[in-house]
Amino acid sequence: MFPRILGRCGLLAALTVPLAAQENPVAFTNAQIVPIVGAPIERGVLVVQHGKILAVGPMASVKIPADTEIHDATGKVLMPGLIDSHSHIGAGSGGDGSGPIQPDARVLDSIDVRDPSIRKAQAGGLTTVNVMPGSGHLISGQTLYLKLRDARTIDDLLIKLPDGTNAGGLKMANGTNSIRAAPFPGTRAKSASLVREQYVKAQEYRDKIKRAKGDAEKMPPRDLALEELVEVLDGKRIVQEHTHRADDILTALRLSKEFGYKIVLHHVSEGWKVADEIAAAHAACSVIMIDSPGGKLEAREADWRTPAILEKAGVLVGLHTDDPICDSRRFLRSAGFAVRAGMTRQGALEGVTLANAKILGLENRVGSLEPGKDADFILLSGDPLSVYSHVEQTWVEGRKIFDLSRPEDHLYAVGGPGAGDPRRAHLCCFTSAWDLIAAANGADQ
Amino acid sequence: MKTLPCLLSLVSLLAFTFTMHAENLAVTGGTVYTVSGAPLHNGVVLIRDGKIEAVGPAATTKIPAGYRTLSAAVVTPGIIDAHATVGLSGILNQPQDQDQLEKSASFQPELRAIDAYNARDPLVAWVRSFGVTTVNTGHAPGALASGQTMIVKMLGRTADEDVVNPAAMTSAALGQNGLTGRDAVPGRSGEPAAKAPGTRAKAVAMLRAELIKAQEYAKKREGKDEAKRPGRDLKYETILRAFTGEQPLLVNAQHQQDILSAIRVAKEFGLKIILDGCADAPLVLAEIKASGFPVILHPTMARSFEDAENLSVETAAKLRAAGIPFTLQSGFEAYVPKTRVVLFEAAIAASNGLGFDAALASVTLDAAKILGIATRTGSLDAGKDADLALYDGDPFEYTSHCTGTIINGQMFADGLH
Repeated sequence: MFPRILGRCGLLAALTVPLAAQENPVAFTNAQIVPIVGAPIERGVLVVQHGKILAVGPMASVKIPADTEIHDATGKVLMPGLIDSHSHIGAGSGGDGSGPIQPDARVLDSIDVRDPSIRKAQAGGLTTVNVMPGSGHLISGQTLYLKLRDARTIDDLLIKLPDGTNAGGLKMANGTNSIRAAPFPGTRAKSASLVREQYVKAQEYRDKIKRAKGDAEKMPPRDLALEELVEVLDGKRIVQEHTHRADDILTALRLSKEFGYKIVLHHVSEGWKVADEIAAAHAACSVIMIDSPGGKLEAREADWRTPAILEKAGVLVGLHTDDPICDSRRFLRSAGFAVRAGMTRQGALEGVTLANAKILGLENRVGSLEPGKDADFILLSGDPLSVYSHVEQTWVEGRKIFDLSRPEDHLYAVGGPGAGDPRRAHLCCFTSAWDLIAAANGADQ
Repeated sequence: MKTLPCLLSLVSLLAFTFTMHAENLAVTGGTVYTVSGAPLHNGVVLIRDGKIEAVGPAATTKIPAGYRTLSAAVVTPGIIDAHATVGLSGILNQPQDQDQLEKSASFQPELRAIDAYNARDPLVAWVRSFGVTTVNTGHAPGALASGQTMIVKMLGRTADEDVVNPAAMTSAALGQNGLTGRDAVPGRSGEPAAKAPGTRAKAVAMLRAELIKAQEYAKKREGKDEAKRPGRDLKYETILRAFTGEQPLLVNAQHQQDILSAIRVAKEFGLKIILDGCADAPLVLAEIKASGFPVILHPTMARSFEDAENLSVETAAKLRAAGIPFTLQSGFEAYVPKTRVVLFEAAIAASNGLGFDAALASVTLDAAKILGIATRTGSLDAGKDADLALYDGDPFEYTSHCTGTIINGQMFADGLH
């Protein structure tokens, strides 16, 4: 019973307090600040207003406006909200078993924003997440970049691009995951051949549209799958490709070069073997850190030194959870392990913030604490790379979305009765209170 | 740049050949956690003929001539993993290297871990590279009784050379994990699975029936008329060792009703059991405590799927507060990571209420007591096996490294993990 009652109170507090805070600036004082861009600040202050960062710097040099609401953060570490470039929170899905190439499938149409995995990611300090379809297809569908605001519907989580579309990428995979019974490919060469064939079709589709010069009569029939691939060819959508083995990594790079699309290599278990080739191709990498190698043939030679070796080769390196493969609540652990295996501390901290912002093309909005960027940040009890530190608060666009001191938030942070079950202790149980809050705050936020 | 990765992989591959045989060693540590007593600052552990010869302050402990000296910031007893499948569930996760579960029948206590353990699987060296020296490994929870476990040192030679106890426990499972009759069973897909049990009540009914058969078998074997005695039955011989306590049943039970079923059946038959998993333990702490049975808790970072929906990183701390003997485990993983590392599971428990000392004890001396090997290992005391782990900082910290693992006096440097 207790989570239900507390939950209602908690949710009310969660939405009403931050709204009030929107009017006046909010400052976090005396914190140890890790801004990611620029050196750490021993005694610093962060000032936010209207969902954006107003100022950040040493206590001595930042002028705090008179009407500011002050939060004393003495003893706390404050850093940007974490960004995960590859996750499956929200129980989403992409293409089905009907074929290996389904760029028209949108993870957007499948995410359950009330799934506990999203609350758990908030508890882990994640504020921006690339939610992807699975890796069982050559092209499994469109990914979606989410801001982990408190959400009632998927629309509450979307990141809008200047043209009004939803920010996201295209999920591709090579290697064994997409090798299955027909109509899926049976070999690696066949996999590449099918992808190549599809991009050739997309080029021809784009040419037809160009030749039509706006004449509706001459336009090819609309094809949503090809439209997505044209976005990729035009550089409007980034390919994010699941790839493990060194030769598969090179195949992914070969195809991206052949068709001129922008690619981010994901997982890259054997990236350490071809770091120079990856660097030469100017491809970024999103690396997973697993507790042991193996579990599948392609990850046999996965190595924790991959981020360090790629970093040294000059590759942009982000880290990811692949949640539920790695738990979002332990995302900083991946950065810790990267340092353990030789990555620089700065590189590893960027790997869970700014590098991923760059990988997603969102670096102008998120990934560091700089004036004008979104007020997405976390408060930690200590060093971000220490096992003994805990995420105490998570803020998205100036609103507190997670507070470890609230019992229902604590539950999502540590687990316990109901935390793993979407049918228990979850938003479904608070519908009436939620409606009340939503009405009070304006339904479209 | 090209040669560096190649060199690194070469070093990993050759790790075995760099190992040295037991020699006399002096291990000095900035902090030496004996676990059985207070930590020593600037301590030294002397090792002779594979055993711990002496432990004391560096200032007053004379290192005999001819001892090779090793140094580390932190020295602990070798880490003990109280329940794993390492050596049976191989690194490749392909049918040819997965021997942790045989699903053709639901009750097969006669299957022995020692007949399947592959000491050369790379995951053995992997867990050793973090300081793990001893593992209770064997058949995974995945059938009502899936087979036996063995306690083995992570020496990486052969099962027969490395074994500590070839028949440590018998692995049983109540709840979803033991219901072979349902589809959602971990293990190989497409493998023929026993149709029963398909429900919780059926599982317990089948267990009771087998226990009764074992009792009757024992009675008949003691019959006066030798001609009427039944032939040897290895299945029931195994089960009978749970009655005497020499080979307890390791009962995997995550849900509270399964934990209580395990306790109920154990009391009814006078069995020695060890509770395994126990995601719901915080809901039935008093009952577990009253039973007197120890708990080998689920991996702290296990995924909260299915029966484990209620697991929490704070459960270890709650077991300790309740005074229940417990240890941690790496458990079984069907996919990735193919093995967890019990040191990391302890680290998360340490940072979520258990604290450093209790967390370290849970994967050393407490584990040794529950596994029945505390006279041999689990703490740094003279006379015990020379099983030590060396670290360059707090063993639980993400950024620390294990700089060496010593098993029976043999030093392994598996790479700077």
